[in-house]
Amino acid sequence: MSVTRAEKPKKTGRNPVDYAKAPINADLTKEQKLGFLADMLRIRRFEQASLKLYQQGKMGGFLHLYIGQESVAVGTLALMGDHDHAITAYRDHGHALVVGMSMNECMAELLGKATGCSKGKGGSMHFFAPDKNFWGGHGIVAGQTPLGLGIAYALKYKDLKGCCLTYIGDGAVNQGVYHESLNLASLWDIPVVYIIENNQYSMGTSLARSSAIKSCLAERAEGYKIDWDIVNGEDLYEVRAKTWDAIERAHEKCRPTVLEIDTYRYYGHSVADANAKKYRKPEEIEFYKQNHDPITLWENRLKEEGILDEAELKKVDEAAKKEAAAAVQFAEDSPFPEPEDIFSDIYYEVDMGTESGQTGRHFFND
Amino acid sequence: MPVITYRQALNDALAEELERDENVVVMGEEVAEYNGAYKITEGLWKRFGDKRVVDTPISEAGFIGLGVGAAMMGLRPVMELMFWSFAYVAYDQIINNAGCVRYMSGGLINCPLVIRGPANGGTNVGATHSHTPENFLANTPGLKVVSPATPYDAKGLMKAAIRDNDPVCVMENTLLYGDQGEVPEGEYIIPIGVADIKREGTDVSLIAHGRAVLTALAAAHRLHEEFNISAEVVDLRSIRPLDQETVLNSVRKTHRAVLVDENKPFCGVSAQIASMIQEHVFDDLDAPVQRVCSLDAPAIYSPPLEALQLPTADRIIQKVLAIS
Repeated sequence: MSVTRAEKPKKTGRNPVDYAKAPINADLTKEQKLGFLADMLRIRRFEQASLKLYQQGKMGGFLHLYIGQESVAVGTLALMGDHDHAITAYRDHGHALVVGMSMNECMAELLGKATGCSKGKGGSMHFFAPDKNFWGGHGIVAGQTPLGLGIAYALKYKDLKGCCLTYIGDGAVNQGVYHESLNLASLWDIPVVYIIENNQYSMGTSLARSSAIKSCLAERAEGYKIDWDIVNGEDLYEVRAKTWDAIERAHEKCRPTVLEIDTYRYYGHSVADANAKKYRKPEEIEFYKQNHDPITLWENRLKEEGILDEAELKKVDEAAKKEAAAAVQFAEDSPFPEPEDIFSDIYYEVDMGTESGQTGRHFFND
Repeated sequence: MPVITYRQALNDALAEELERDENVVVMGEEVAEYNGAYKITEGLWKRFGDKRVVDTPISEAGFIGLGVGAAMMGLRPVMELMFWSFAYVAYDQIINNAGCVRYMSGGLINCPLVIRGPANGGTNVGATHSHTPENFLANTPGLKVVSPATPYDAKGLMKAAIRDNDPVCVMENTLLYGDQGEVPEGEYIIPIGVADIKREGTDVSLIAHGRAVLTALAAAHRLHEEFNISAEVVDLRSIRPLDQETVLNSVRKTHRAVLVDENKPFCGVSAQIASMIQEHVFDDLDAPVQRVCSLDAPAIYSPPLEALQLPTADRIIQKVLAIS
């Protein structure tokens, strides 16, 4: 397979191929399309609210913002069926909200509160909702790549027609375990879809300074006989169409795919990234905001289609802001975990009080 | 009671659990068609087929991580490491993913994974293949670590490990695989976290795990024969969870403790045991706690010297005599 990188429509923000007509998009209802807008806005407003909390010193550790990349989570995760699963890295807020986790539990987790999705034990990088087929939220670059593989392996083992959407950043393609995972995925026909969210910078190191092949990261899949594609992340229709192809390949042929979705983050690697505007020019960030913002582009698209006007847009956006503000309130009002909570959720058998959880000393404090 | 090898005991445990639970899958390098590098899985592939017994490429990080993901989904993968020394290339998967995922998810996830394989020196394969990482692993809350010394314990602990709903690291020993011992035919489980007194005694407690238990037993025999000293041998069997009470009760009885440990001394398992003894039964001690560990250097290749690097009965006897 030989694919050359599609000419990205940098100037116009308009895709030369109209993916709105792709089968997975052709029958979308107005409500669904507005729902995608709402979800993208919810991510952005949630994160803007979280940034304020961070700047107020109410949050520990890191805060990796997803702002600018919203179309990826919304475009891909909205395609999940009952037996499809997802797992991602530490920039996980967007994915969490799209799979249906509430802003309240997510915001509370950011503040380390007992009402957080991980009871305040995981923090920003570690959101989980297995009941929604969402398996985190992982802090070590590429550490989740074999986990996604294993989730998909289990689906196949159980004869379930599903897949695992496994998200990584552009920096993760240089980790060995990713390549071990690709080899296993292809060798064993595992229904996993690796989605590289290429925001062009692995922390402060540009793609040109980190990848031997500078034009394309997904292409490395060639080495493992895995189908791959590159995706213009600013076009929600294209994201959906190409991701659906990959999901169908997993469902119907039990074959993996590597997708590389071009996107861009406006903030630093994390909010603590003091050099966020030093390894790239402020003009570059501004250019993307002005010309390639996935939410603005989707708004424009829906306006062109005649299903969105300013009043509706304002209504959707206000709802997202209101939800985020309420989540902040909920999080601030919530209690911190108790000191004794440090010792739960370590061993299942101990938590459940089983026989196995009661033999021997599990913890070695005083 | 039938007498079988440690190897056969492990093989029987795997076969019985494969038979009992369709979610059990055995995976690792050479475990299927080759019948296992150390023949622990001999015959399992032929009996249970491709789905249940799976050969992996040499990708420890990849396949251990796959096992963690599959375990989160409810399978019970039993992953073989040809040597526990190879775990070091899969460390992120074992520590960060298997060990921490339950905590980081606030208890939403559990990981019923077994990782097993030999962890020992003494086979003249050089430093890279001779590591004993039970102390490193037991340093991670969230992981469990067991180290059977006999065929009976190997089978019972392996079955307990597979049925456990937390990740369990089973530290075996290539030098024990051929050892024989009595193993009952019927079903039994040895609970994780329960130590075993392998020899009763009154004068000194020799506290050990894994093959060091056998070294301690040999020393105890000679102490009795040559010096009329009655040594009790406590086999920890499980490192984490740890049967603290059995250890402390033995020391309360004998008033002396010599810890025998194939770990290196710095922060080895015996360092934890020593700390525990001084903290809880200091007043019962008639002498300082002593340790006999592997000599503190990378495992040497030279065969006659490596035999000296591991704990020996002679070194144990010297320590006992020094405090008696």
